[in-house]
Amino acid sequence: MNAANLFGLCGAALVGFGLYGLVTNPEPLRKILAFNLLGSGVFLVFGVVSRRAAASGLGGDPVPQAMVITAIVVAFAATAMAIALVLRLLQETGRSTLNADNPGGTNTDRGNS
Amino acid sequence: MPDANVLPDATTTDGALLVLAIVLPAAGVLLSFVLGGRYAERIASVLLPSGVFLATIIFADVWQSDHQLIYIIGDWKPPLGIALRADGLSAAMMVTMAIVICAVAVFAHADFGTRAGSVEARAPFAFWILLMAIWGAMNLIFLGGDLFTLYVAIELLTFAAVPLVCLDGRAETLQAALRYLLFALLGSILYLVGTALLYGSYATLDIALLSRRVHMEPATLAAATLMTIGLFAKTALFPLHLWLPPAHAGAPAAASAVLSAVVVKGSFFIVVRLWFDAMPGMLGPAGAQLFGALGTAAIVVGSVVALRQQRLKLLIAYSTVAQIGYLFLMFPLALGTVSAELQSSGALAGGMLQAISHATAKAAMFMAAGLIYAVLGHDRIAELGGIARAIPMTIFAFALGGVSLIGLPPSGGFLAKWLLLEAAVATGQWWWAIVMLTGGLFTSAYMFIVLSRAVAPPNAPLEPRIAVPRYQEAAALALALTSLLLGLVALGPADIFGVGRPDSMMGGPR
Repeated sequence: MNAANLFGLCGAALVGFGLYGLVTNPEPLRKILAFNLLGSGVFLVFGVVSRRAAASGLGGDPVPQAMVITAIVVAFAATAMAIALVLRLLQETGRSTLNADNPGGTNTDRGNS
Repeated sequence: MPDANVLPDATTTDGALLVLAIVLPAAGVLLSFVLGGRYAERIASVLLPSGVFLATIIFADVWQSDHQLIYIIGDWKPPLGIALRADGLSAAMMVTMAIVICAVAVFAHADFGTRAGSVEARAPFAFWILLMAIWGAMNLIFLGGDLFTLYVAIELLTFAAVPLVCLDGRAETLQAALRYLLFALLGSILYLVGTALLYGSYATLDIALLSRRVHMEPATLAAATLMTIGLFAKTALFPLHLWLPPAHAGAPAAASAVLSAVVVKGSFFIVVRLWFDAMPGMLGPAGAQLFGALGTAAIVVGSVVALRQQRLKLLIAYSTVAQIGYLFLMFPLALGTVSAELQSSGALAGGMLQAISHATAKAAMFMAAGLIYAVLGHDRIAELGGIARAIPMTIFAFALGGVSLIGLPPSGGFLAKWLLLEAAVATGQWWWAIVMLTGGLFTSAYMFIVLSRAVAPPNAPLEPRIAVPRYQEAAALALALTSLLLGLVALGPADIFGVGRPDSMMGGPR
């Protein structure tokens, strides 16, 4: 097994863990952590894509590297925003959970401007 | 036809307009930050109308030249560089969204206006900046020529849309925003995996180049599936719609209008780009039928739940879920049942018109709902009696929006459904015709419930809590009239949607 395949499998495993965590955990904070795990797996896949294109003599294809930097920035911003929302929710209600039994928005019936 | 449509490597004249369409909103956002909160509205009120003007010029240019506008950024040609392209689809959507956002800005002056000398407040500052950011992100989605630029654009759109949900900072809206963000993040990461796989397979993400290199293999299929699921989550297509009603119903009226009319169309547009431009002919009859089936489920579930709502804003939000379903009927109807190639460009035009007429109609309806709430202090449908007498113009706008959603002539919704029905007959897919007609019945039912309550006499004499400013009513009515008169584009620029469609779609190398 060469390095690219190994890293590819690691990326796939991280994506799997992250996806499982994101779907099954009810806690927003854990969901955010799972999202970051998932993101790391995807970034690793980008690295593998970059390395696999290196057969033509280059050390690595720079385009996926440029993309992954952008994606990391985006994921960082997304995490910051999600954390800010969770914090604000905690300040408002004293807890930071999403009501899992509220798919249709019944408790937002009161919601309006 | 080996022309500029197929070989995407030269900036066309007027291509710089496309850059302007993206730079203007970005400059507005940055300038607002520099100058501070009280200037944000003034900057927006200058930039948004010029955005309509700019989009109209681009539209006229594309329509008259019958070619795409292309701008190659920094003269670095794809696959290394990034191209901006405006074809018929993007030009039409740009004009629509600019108009809707402009009307929302007029409407929002009452809620988020900043008078000279007033203290700087956070909500108006955030609102105007986010509105300009949404406008810029939508333009980037319509013009972006490669799948990674579209990823960045859809993320910008999400980051601008989520705070709009919780502008008033109440706990329910914060929860709705958080749920929206989590769905959107899952969607964006799935899309990102797809771009990685596609780049790994074809060494380009440029849509025009990709359309010629792409061929069916497991990696392509996996990438396309992941990207599509991700975009479905962001578009709130059934069964990934759960985040939408609380988010759209809880936001302030002006924000609801933007979210429902504009934001969900962004990810839908990328689905169209993906399957009609980047991977033409790859969806296949089975995939197209699956899209249609999900759309059908959205129409049925969204309509039935809308019928059972007691709050006006939630009813309108569920109506959005149902109307999104219509957008996805376009795929089986445009692609037909036998081959994977584009069979009916009428269905494509119908789908895009549905998106456009829903954008204008739904924005008008959310504005009207906001005014109803402002006058009554609640939006319980059962207690709407007398409201039609208090604010007749608003109720009229609401009704006209409903006419377009139902699809009565001469509305844009009518023309859209007519084109889709025609395609259903032409391609022998009668089952989608039944879905559309049933959906129309559902829509009429919930519109009838609301309107019959609104024109009923009040139980107690109605005392309006505030006098609604006339320009707010006018903004809602203008959008509703636009939606109503959209059907008349059949006489004129309906063929704009075909501009920039490569002929290679009918038989490119694959």
